[in-house]
Amino acid sequence: MDAIPYEHGLILAAILFVCGLLGVLTRRNIVFVLMSLEIMLNACGLAFVVASARWQHAEGQIMYLMILTLAAAEVAVGLGLIIQMYRRFHTVDISVLNEMKG
Amino acid sequence: MIVGWLIAILFLGGALAWASEALDAQLPKFIALLALLGSAVLVGWLALSGQANPLSPQGQWWVLADANWIPRFGIRFAVGVDGLSLLMLLLTVFLGLMALGAAWHEIRERSGFFYFNLLWTLAGVVGVFTSLDLFLFFFFWEVMLIPMYLIIAIWGHENRAYAAMKFFLFTQVSGLLLLFAIVCLAWFHAQQFGAFSFDYFALQDVVLEGRVQTWLMLGFFVGFATKLPAFPFHAWLPDAHSQAPTAGSVLLAGVLLKTGAYGLIRFTVPLFPEASASFAPFAMGLAAVGILYCAKLAFAQQDLKRLIAYTSVSHMGFVLLGVYAWNLYGLQGAVMTMLAHGFSAAALFMIAGGLQHRLHTRDMQRMSGLWSRLPMLSAMALFFTVAAVGMPGLGNFIGEFLSLLGAFQASRVATVFAALGLVLSAVYSLWVIQKVFHGPLLLPAGQGREPDGGLADLGTVELLCYGLMALGLLWMGLYPQSFLAHSASVLEALLQQTGTPGGGG
Amino acid sequence: MQEWTGLLPAFPLAGFVLLVLSRGRMPRGIAGVIGAGSVGLSFLLALTIAIGVLNNGGQAYTTVLWQWMQVGDFAPGFSFYVDGLTLVMILVISGVGFLIHLYATAYMADDPGFARFFSYMNLFVAAMLVLVLADNLLLLYLGWEGVGLCSYLLIGFWYDKPENGYAARKAFVVTRVGDTSMAIGLFLLFSQLGTLNIQQMLMLAPQQWSVGSGIAVAASALLLGGAVGKSAQLPLQTWLPDAMAGPTPISALIHAATMVTAGVYLIARTHVLFELAPSVQLLVAFIGLATLLMSGFTALTQTDIKRILAYSTISQIGYMFLALGVGAWSAAVFHLMTHAFFKALLFLAAGTVILSLHHEQDIFRMGAMRRRLPVSFWCFLVGSAALTALPFTSGFYSKDEILLAALGQEHYGMLLWTGGVLGAFLTALYSFRLVFVVFFGRDRHQGSSHGEDHAHAAVMEAMSPVMFFPLLLLGLLALGGGFIHVPVDTVFGAVHEEVHASQFLHALMILIPIFGVVIAWGVYGSASYQKAGEHLRERLLAAPIGRRAYRFWFSGWGMDALYQWLFVNPFMVLARLNRKDAVDQIYGWVAQAARVGNSVVVMLQTGNLRWYAISLVGGMVLVIGLGVWR
Repeated sequence: MDAIPYEHGLILAAILFVCGLLGVLTRRNIVFVLMSLEIMLNACGLAFVVASARWQHAEGQIMYLMILTLAAAEVAVGLGLIIQMYRRFHTVDISVLNEMKG
Repeated sequence: MIVGWLIAILFLGGALAWASEALDAQLPKFIALLALLGSAVLVGWLALSGQANPLSPQGQWWVLADANWIPRFGIRFAVGVDGLSLLMLLLTVFLGLMALGAAWHEIRERSGFFYFNLLWTLAGVVGVFTSLDLFLFFFFWEVMLIPMYLIIAIWGHENRAYAAMKFFLFTQVSGLLLLFAIVCLAWFHAQQFGAFSFDYFALQDVVLEGRVQTWLMLGFFVGFATKLPAFPFHAWLPDAHSQAPTAGSVLLAGVLLKTGAYGLIRFTVPLFPEASASFAPFAMGLAAVGILYCAKLAFAQQDLKRLIAYTSVSHMGFVLLGVYAWNLYGLQGAVMTMLAHGFSAAALFMIAGGLQHRLHTRDMQRMSGLWSRLPMLSAMALFFTVAAVGMPGLGNFIGEFLSLLGAFQASRVATVFAALGLVLSAVYSLWVIQKVFHGPLLLPAGQGREPDGGLADLGTVELLCYGLMALGLLWMGLYPQSFLAHSASVLEALLQQTGTPGGGG
Repeated sequence: MQEWTGLLPAFPLAGFVLLVLSRGRMPRGIAGVIGAGSVGLSFLLALTIAIGVLNNGGQAYTTVLWQWMQVGDFAPGFSFYVDGLTLVMILVISGVGFLIHLYATAYMADDPGFARFFSYMNLFVAAMLVLVLADNLLLLYLGWEGVGLCSYLLIGFWYDKPENGYAARKAFVVTRVGDTSMAIGLFLLFSQLGTLNIQQMLMLAPQQWSVGSGIAVAASALLLGGAVGKSAQLPLQTWLPDAMAGPTPISALIHAATMVTAGVYLIARTHVLFELAPSVQLLVAFIGLATLLMSGFTALTQTDIKRILAYSTISQIGYMFLALGVGAWSAAVFHLMTHAFFKALLFLAAGTVILSLHHEQDIFRMGAMRRRLPVSFWCFLVGSAALTALPFTSGFYSKDEILLAALGQEHYGMLLWTGGVLGAFLTALYSFRLVFVVFFGRDRHQGSSHGEDHAHAAVMEAMSPVMFFPLLLLGLLALGGGFIHVPVDTVFGAVHEEVHASQFLHALMILIPIFGVVIAWGVYGSASYQKAGEHLRERLLAAPIGRRAYRFWFSGWGMDALYQWLFVNPFMVLARLNRKDAVDQIYGWVAQAARVGNSVVVMLQTGNLRWYAISLVGGMVLVIGLGVWR
């Protein structure tokens, strides 16, 4: 079976990453921001997997496993914070929370 | 090892004083007293037995402790004492006791931590006066700075945060320059001799080309001149003094300022003789300007402590003048001025502190005619003011006269201008006497109205402190030889080693 | 006796220490005994020393108490040098000093600061003795500053009045200007001669310096600065009249008999240096001349009894400077001594008048005191006669010597002599104006604010034996002091050849003071002439020139105003302008710049999460871009 050219994989990862980034930068709803962050993490993971396939190294896949656990932890903490935030401020709009400034 | 013990006693005494506060609020000051008396005994023993010690090969040093500290960079824990350090140690321990006397009734809050800071500052000063390793020297330089910062910041008066921060920034920035110059010097040593060394004697062998020498010399000069303080690096002092608690002022004026002068004599000139020689005219000019400028500023002040602070800067000008004359008269004059000014300025700050304690103000506009209510305090104030004016027969005169005598050989113009400072010192000093102690009686509103209560004359502790300092000044003025003899051989050796750029001597 | 020389200043010093330690709790009797007795002991010792030395042919000797310090070659000692000049000085200081102390125990009896007063007085005597005994200039400087300090303390003795404090400060600061000049002189002398020992200097200087060389001129001019300040000569004379704010015994002791003559002593002591600098020596003569004329004119216009005497003191010291300037060293010292006698007498007598009138000092509110205060009157008369140099009084002999010596000056002899004689005329005029106004004429005190009966009861002579005895002795000395031979021939080397003035000039010198007295009698004295005199005075004052001259003289030739304008005001303005320290403000700018930078950076921190994310991304893109395209 023909291997998919690794450039394709990397381009897909880049596109996913930019999508996620745009989501982070543009969405005001913090749930969507969190989701966009997950997309970016997964884009990175994809890049790792593609790279490990290209160079026949296992480290990339191990890295992906670590990213998975990281993402899970992040979602757990992030969702907890979001619930707290909603309870306290009754909103999920991050632009409202701008009091931490000089 | 005695010096090591000396430093250890002060460090440990400080820690113990802090810890003991939990047991009893009165305990810390007695522990501090014990620690200071212990160190006084050690210094006294040094002074009496010092001459009997075998002289080290380096000349007049009695090297008393030397151990590896950080061998990777050739840093050693080397401390030693010679005649000059001994005098400074005597001053330090004596004024430490005086500061304790000043704090005895004044400090009531967090006294344990206060005495911890007091003793640690003194430990740092002792280290500075005895270090033979420049890295160690810088370490102690910082040790004395931070507790002092805390003393001002915690126990100071109304504007203490500003003053403490200013003090810290000035000393820290200048200290940074000093550190940079020290490290550069060690690096040049590594280049020329193949290994890092911060040893005082080893660094004297480093050969530096002209421009580099000048820059490094300036690093040292700014570091020490800020501490001294010399014009134009004096701006921190009036704020620090006016805000510090009395004991802090005593230490600051009496001891900490002298570390700057000591550094100039011990390090700046001997390490960079040629650069210092060509810099000497500027330094003497700065000294003369500082003497006159700060005397004039002193006259304009209304805050008594601020006024005394400016007079301190003015008098330190004589030290700078004497040091950069770099002949025996000038140097001995600088040393005597350091000692005598330590006494007189400390006493004057204690008097200002005592007045503030009694009247709750430092504003001279709100005092007048106190002689009739506080005759002993006023008489003491008169005595120390007269000493500060440079009355012959008291220590300050010897210092100022010798400084000027030495400076005259080096630069006549600077000397003549500096001598005008004698006139201005009379102007501001007598103004203080007139404003505060003479004239019709005037007390701040609500103060001492009742016949005897509210305004007590000197207490026992105060009388003892003032009496001792007055006797010290008389001794310095009438038989300065017992002090001059200690420093003479050291200074002569320094002069010989550097050549005499100032001429004369 | 010689080995006890060190005790001379030690007695009064011990008195000072005792009085200070007593903290004013000592009974007055004991304090008075300590105060006066310590000086008395010094006088007795001085007397025995003097007899010993004079029996020994006036042989000078040195006593070393201890080595003060030793810095390289600089090794001044606490050592005393005694020769004829020193003997004159210590006898005058301790003798006149003792009499004044004695007088003061009565004069100050009611003052709450009795012990403090005597402690300062004793300290003064000690310092003054050190000044004249010192064998090196540094020790002399110690005494010099010490007497200045005591003068300050005693002028401002009644400290609750701010004007006394002002006068005291003025005295100290103005003399300090001179002292600083002297200190610089010491630096110069030491750097050139390598010693401050006076006798060695006097020996070395002629060997190393030629006559009129720049160094000699500079050194002696700098010393002259010190002398001028202490002795209240032009241009530093302004402090002395104000110094009269102190108690009258102080004025007698410090500001007439002893301290103010320290400048004369200094120049006489270092006369060799001045001989090496003829231009400076001439300057000394002209300073003396200008001062004696100026203060003579000023004394004519003053109304305060003590200020008149103060200006007279300045004027008489002017005579001493004139003598020094023409090289008549022994004449200067002679006049110093006689002046100490008669001026102390005048001040003490003035003190009794002032005390009797409850501290009234305006002479035009006195008058006709002759009958009420006979002792004071006779003392005043004797003192004024000596001051005026009427024949056979002590002042006559000393002033005569000075004027003859002035005549003998090579180039300006006639000028100096004429000025001196004019000064003598003025002296006669103002001193007998004082006598006639205070002791003759109408009693103007009754009309003063005290109220009639009260004033009458008040005016009586408060004369205890303790006051009378010093007056009597000083009176005798003022009369007969001219016959004392001043043993200074060995000090000043060869005596100058006698100046032979013509009979006419001699007669002039005797007659002119008498003429002055007569005129004073005409204007102020005799009842018959008084009206005419007052009329004349009014006429003079009515004319614009007269009024202007009067005001000019009254203000001491405007020197105070000049200094106020030239030095004091600019200093005050500068001090006020820069109270906050411009240098501190420069550091303030640094702090300000840091604060501005902070506020700029703070604006970047909006608290908006997306803004942070965008800047993060932007930064990343920038870094990667730089990495790729570099």
